[in-house]
Amino acid sequence: MPADFISSLFVFILSAFLGFEVIKRVSPLLHTPLMSLTNALDAIVVVAAIIIAGRHESRLSTILGLVAVAASFSNMVGGFVITDRMLHMFKTGKAKKP
Amino acid sequence: MSPAVLQQLIDSTYILAAVGFILALKWLSSPVSAMRGVLIGEIASGLAVAATLFDPQVSQYKWIIIVLIIGAGVGVPLGLVKMTAVPQRTALSHAFGALSAALIGIAEYYVAAPQVPKFEMAEIGLEVIIGSLTFTGSLIAAGKLQEILPQRPITYRGQNYVSLTVLGAAIALMVTLVVHPEFTHLFLAMIGVALVFGMMLVTPIGGADMPTVISLLNSYAGFSAALLGFVLNSKVLVVAGALDGASGFILSVNMCKAMNRSFTNVLFGGFGQIHAGAAAAEEQRPVKSATPEEAAAILSAASKVVIVPGYGMAVAQAQHKVRELYDNLTKRGIDVKFAIHPVAGRMPGHMNVLLAEADIPYDKLLDMDEINGEFPQTDVALVIGANDVTNPAARTDSSSPIFGMPILDVDKAHTVMVIKRSMAAGFAGIDNPLYYLDKTLMLFGDAKGFVGSIVRELSGGGSHG
Repeated sequence: MPADFISSLFVFILSAFLGFEVIKRVSPLLHTPLMSLTNALDAIVVVAAIIIAGRHESRLSTILGLVAVAASFSNMVGGFVITDRMLHMFKTGKAKKP
Repeated sequence: MSPAVLQQLIDSTYILAAVGFILALKWLSSPVSAMRGVLIGEIASGLAVAATLFDPQVSQYKWIIIVLIIGAGVGVPLGLVKMTAVPQRTALSHAFGALSAALIGIAEYYVAAPQVPKFEMAEIGLEVIIGSLTFTGSLIAAGKLQEILPQRPITYRGQNYVSLTVLGAAIALMVTLVVHPEFTHLFLAMIGVALVFGMMLVTPIGGADMPTVISLLNSYAGFSAALLGFVLNSKVLVVAGALDGASGFILSVNMCKAMNRSFTNVLFGGFGQIHAGAAAAEEQRPVKSATPEEAAAILSAASKVVIVPGYGMAVAQAQHKVRELYDNLTKRGIDVKFAIHPVAGRMPGHMNVLLAEADIPYDKLLDMDEINGEFPQTDVALVIGANDVTNPAARTDSSSPIFGMPILDVDKAHTVMVIKRSMAAGFAGIDNPLYYLDKTLMLFGDAKGFVGSIVRELSGGGSHG
């Protein structure tokens, strides 16, 4: 097995474990914003897409990369916008205007 | 700046971004700190994208900037959809996420082909299969949620065997490619088969199971990004993908528990069709019904009211009327809370968002485990557009298809009022014994109209007779 694979696996297992521990504590109240936020964070694949598109190795890889940039960046922007909107709606009784 | 230093700076930014992602999720644990979580997530993602633009491998900017603008142009409107449309938006974003992960994997293959090392070929193959099936599966889910496609499960005999064969074919093609990576036409075939499998995976699943499916697709989208991180040796993708995958997985398990179903049962069950006949055979039993005036009188005499909203309430757009009812009762000194079942709504947590949008304070929204102990002290439980999640048969009747499913114990309240259009059975097509109890009053009508009439009665300006 390549060394890169081992180090990635290491990172993967630790992150997944940490993810379980952290996400378990998210209140069920916020499960919809949780999903839209993780969606936006997951859109970090845009960085890989930018590199593929920017390397210009072949016409095909550039085009695929550019489509991937658009798809993932729309997720990043849209995911943050909607999470932000949803969280603004959650108010306590006290914070509410009379 | 020397290229080595620049690369180190970019890598450090990715490490910071990974820390930011973890903090973002950690701060989502409470509504108080959640906004801070989103902010750190935005900063982390923004920094990572900005750093990547400085990567020396990126040579041409024009098209990248153009497609970034296009992406933002698509993303903003998708971020501004109505709250009832959030589930289909989420499914669509799973599709986009999976699409971009798959496309990058495909590009990597063509860049490396025909000389792809075996191990890398296996990683790319797996990544592209998961990405592709998540892409089409999510599109089908979005179509069902948007009601472009039929909500009911579409099944045929031997379906599971056919689906498994298709999945097997995709894997067989992948294995062949590991041995012969130069067979590029097999790579295309593998993508095609995986795309078809994604459709076959979601098409048979009914509308009632959408919360589980959407969580599962979330998980797949995350894991495909993590796998892409393996292919590209990009640790920030591995971290983000693992977090997203873990989150989707936890939510899927939650949803399955809330419906007392197993994963295999959701994926291979075709729920919601088998039992549809059972309710129709039930003979007419007497129920008690009440008018808005009577309902208003009972509510105003109560000291503790629990409102149980279901998706029917959101479909009827009744949440704002429900808030008026909440305001009116609270002003009279009545304690009003909301009981939220985990599968109320079309995705995890959806009902909370719909009620928060209607300005109902979130500290009044209690989930099933928190509220169930309170029903015996509750004077009135008001059920609006919920059905199966209140069905006591889930506790008592072992022959019921929903037996064992955790429910809201509304039948333990002193008086139960159910707003419902008619006596038709719910999503799962199962009759609800709750409606025939002595303490239950049926309020027949449209949720929005009926709640509106109750509010008018309570404010005293409604009727003269």
